Amino acid sequence: MADAAIATETAEPLLEVNNIEVIYNHVILVLKGVSLSVPRGGIVALLGANGAGKTTTLKAISNLLHAERGEVTKGNIQFEGERVESLSPNELVRRGCIQVMEGRHCFGHLTVEENLLTGAFTRREGGAAIKDDLELVYSYFPRLKERRNSQAGYTSGGEQQMTAIGRALMSKPKMILLDEPSMGLAPQLVEEIFEIVKQLNEEQGVSILLAEQNTNIALRYAQHGYILESGRVVLDGEGKALRENEDVKEFYLGVGGEGRRSFRNVKHYKRRKRWLS
Amino acid sequence: MNVEFLFFLETVLNGLMAGVMYALVALGFALIFKASGIFNFAQGVMALFAALTLVGLQTGQVPFAHLINAIFGTEVHHFGWELPAIIAIAGTLVVMVAFAYLFEGLVLKHLVNQEPIILFMATIGLAYFLEGFGDLMWGADIKPMDVGIPSGGSFWWEDVTREWAPEGSDYFGMYVDKLDVVAAIVAVVLVSALVAFSQYTKFGRALRAVADDHQAALSVGISLRTIWVVVWSIAGFVALVAGIMWGAKSGVQFSLSLIALKALPVLILGGFTSIPGAIVGGLIIGVGEKLAELYIGPLVGGAIENWFAYVVALMFLLFRPQGLFGERIIERI
Repeated sequence: MADAAIATETAEPLLEVNNIEVIYNHVILVLKGVSLSVPRGGIVALLGANGAGKTTTLKAISNLLHAERGEVTKGNIQFEGERVESLSPNELVRRGCIQVMEGRHCFGHLTVEENLLTGAFTRREGGAAIKDDLELVYSYFPRLKERRNSQAGYTSGGEQQMTAIGRALMSKPKMILLDEPSMGLAPQLVEEIFEIVKQLNEEQGVSILLAEQNTNIALRYAQHGYILESGRVVLDGEGKALRENEDVKEFYLGVGGEGRRSFRNVKHYKRRKRWLS
Repeated sequence: MNVEFLFFLETVLNGLMAGVMYALVALGFALIFKASGIFNFAQGVMALFAALTLVGLQTGQVPFAHLINAIFGTEVHHFGWELPAIIAIAGTLVVMVAFAYLFEGLVLKHLVNQEPIILFMATIGLAYFLEGFGDLMWGADIKPMDVGIPSGGSFWWEDVTREWAPEGSDYFGMYVDKLDVVAAIVAVVLVSALVAFSQYTKFGRALRAVADDHQAALSVGISLRTIWVVVWSIAGFVALVAGIMWGAKSGVQFSLSLIALKALPVLILGGFTSIPGAIVGGLIIGVGEKLAELYIGPLVGGAIENWFAYVVALMFLLFRPQGLFGERIIERI
């Protein structure tokens, strides 16, 4: 762990987002300057309430915004030092950046195994390599192996989440953008999934950018966290530091500090990077 | 076997054959609907256009001859050569793939993420454009098609069935058009190939993935544009097969585009998303039509064949809206 921390500080980040602004439908400003970076091999959490802009940030990175009439109007995003704006989503997947969308989005009428295989769509290697990776995914998610021939639409929420993560894994990613993996799952299952994600990160070297509402669990696994509020990063820091931060505790972890405080007294965090900085 | 029963058998047999022809058209619809949720109004016209192009290439017609003659005052109409059927079919296939590519680039690309109704309207536009374009390119006259498919009644089958009738009756034997038999064989091969493609190949899987959830497909790196070109090319291929069969049966004429309307009840019956459903639906409609004409027709003065299919479709909409083989709508709460 210590070694990894040193390595990440020196190497250039895998992903860098600089002050991006995102507008939907030409009028609705959703992100108002978000910056973040994900080091190679790191787990970074993007936290915040509903509508804070977590999903939009992830979609801006994976270039899925176009399909929803969204657009990055300012700032830039670099994956491995290269601007992503000019790359199509499939090109990005081929280069190793894949998103697991909020709400799983499995292909309901395909079997679990077929779902996994679609993840390998952009790969050009032969069937043997893909078969090996299929076994690898099954080794992380043994439950999927049992259900390999069931239609994904009939599997449980947890199995669908596993299928979605496994499917992303089949593209041999360097980085997975994981959107709200805990959504609608029992706490025990959430724990199980986060544990597997951590294993993937350590054993397969996959970097993770995680968007979560469940601040508590996300900060236990992430080395670094960013807190988004209405389209801005209001606070960021190491996972551990954030977990101990009084304001975070109060507003996101639900464990109030000394006495009840009013919102008005909370100090405002300045954005770390300003426009045109 | 008594003559009455033989007559019934013949009706069923001919109904099945007619059904295969409907199914060929319905197949193209089902393919595009399954992959992109678009009801392609232009499928019938695509069949017409493919047939026109095939005949045009085969007989060495000069495309846009009327236009060229009108502008330059020339008198060109034919190149003066004839192509073998196989080469003409291959050429038409190239044209249909080019068409798919152009339609994706010029129309579909700009309509990503629009409501299905808007895409449907685009296909209506396409239908009328393609009809006019086909007219301009190859002329509006009715053309015979001859790609070497045997046609006419089968004497062998007539002889065989005459034996089945009781001694002394004046039964002539059953009439079965050889062309229809070929169409049935072609349909079986086509469906097997399509099912194999969609179940066992990477692109087939991607195609079904796009049909299920195109956003998720995008997120795993499936390029929607590539898939759409593939789907429309396959639909173009199916249209070509339907065009060949219908063209060989009744000549290449513009009313061919109306067979699309016959495909609609077939689809409602079989399910819009099912390839085998298109076939079974076609067969049921074909047989139902012929039997209704034979047994109910005389009671109401005939011409049941024209509307019977739609009534059956209506019943299905009431009781089983997803059709016989349509995908169950999976909903988890």
